Amino acid sequence: MADITPTEWTAILLSLRVAVIATLVATPFGIALAWLLARRDFWGKSILDALVHLPLVLPPVVTGYLLLLTFGRRGLVGAWLADHLGIVFAFRWTGAALACGVMSFPLLVRPIRLSIEAVDRRLEQAASTLGAAPWRVFATVTLPLALPGILAGMVLGFAKAIGEFGATITFVSNIPGETQTISSAIYALISTPDGDAAAGRLVLISIAIAFAALIGAEWFARRATRRLHGN
Amino acid sequence: MLQVDVRKQLGEFSLEAAFQSEGRVTGLFGASGAGKTSLVNMIAGLLSPDRGTIALDGEVLDDTSAGIHVPPHRRRIGYVFQDARLFPHLDVRQNLDYGRRMNGVASDPAQHRRVTDLLDIGDLLDRRPGKLSGGERQRVALGRALLSKPRLLLLDEPMGSLDEGRKVEILPYLVRLRDEGIPMVYVSHDAAELRQLATQIVMLQRGRVTSFGGVKVLSG
Repeated sequence: MADITPTEWTAILLSLRVAVIATLVATPFGIALAWLLARRDFWGKSILDALVHLPLVLPPVVTGYLLLLTFGRRGLVGAWLADHLGIVFAFRWTGAALACGVMSFPLLVRPIRLSIEAVDRRLEQAASTLGAAPWRVFATVTLPLALPGILAGMVLGFAKAIGEFGATITFVSNIPGETQTISSAIYALISTPDGDAAAGRLVLISIAIAFAALIGAEWFARRATRRLHGN
Repeated sequence: MLQVDVRKQLGEFSLEAAFQSEGRVTGLFGASGAGKTSLVNMIAGLLSPDRGTIALDGEVLDDTSAGIHVPPHRRRIGYVFQDARLFPHLDVRQNLDYGRRMNGVASDPAQHRRVTDLLDIGDLLDRRPGKLSGGERQRVALGRALLSKPRLLLLDEPMGSLDEGRKVEILPYLVRLRDEGIPMVYVSHDAAELRQLATQIVMLQRGRVTSFGGVKVLSG
């Protein structure tokens, strides 16, 4: 492990940065959406639900291509963001974060939705009879009780984001130091002669990260159960 | 004064109830399935009537013809549920303090002290609801509702989930609560319980008010 090269380090650190940013930015959206799906009935709910899960079932290359069409320099949203807010996604690490955020979104939303559904609505009613306005009921009852599920969703989303490959490479390519994550570095290494040892190191590192994330998610899930039982 | 005149269709079940009560403790009496809980849920604002009005001390809380429905958090009506519903992630102290915090009222240690003394829950303050007995939980729920300073207190079978021994433990506290002077609506299917606590009775049968009056109607 000691002979990790600077290029590999760059890929590891970039992966971590991309996955952390993707998870942190996606989480508020994930909570809002999970709440909507768990607690509200509205027209088009099943369509929205399907849309959220789409990245899970679409070939990643399709998602990446759609991101390129939408958020690329000439994309409808991409051009507007570049012109008005100076935010560029195409071939930047921010684009990698966007791709990872989109791809991991279903995994992020699902545990949050389940944990919000598990929050006893009768407790929310009790809070409202004590004078709590709906947003305060959410902030003081729903959110704290769903917190372990939210953390579990974040861990899972993070694990997915750090391993994302297809959509990222399609959308932002494989530029060392800018968009080359662990996955795309491995991909580049195994198609070069003598790249096996370096690829092997990165493979071990991604296995370690995935393992840590899954164990973390399990730990949070167990805490959630304990918390809901009031001990 | 509480004025209720509501209709509500709940699946196959129709609830049609009208009464007004000036009593300190209005006992809502009926068998299970008579519509008692739906009725108190409407008074609390958790359920909207299909048609009708609810008013408390002259303030209209529901008036379907005028499109008025005051949401529960603006009614200042306390509610003690059969199953306590303490917040499991908060300790007893934080549960008791919840209503005050939500209403943005300054803390009132004297009142807090009085309520914890009244209900003998001073020793439980640092515990989590999961570590309380059924009777203790119900006393904390009573305290929590009281400390939100309601103008009306709804009690839906507050002893319903307790065994006989625990009921005996809670009843004196309910009597003390009644003597505090906060108007209450007390729901029960137990005539003996209501004889001890209620000053006026609304009898409910299959979604209709069948009699109304003093505690005497329980024997009739």
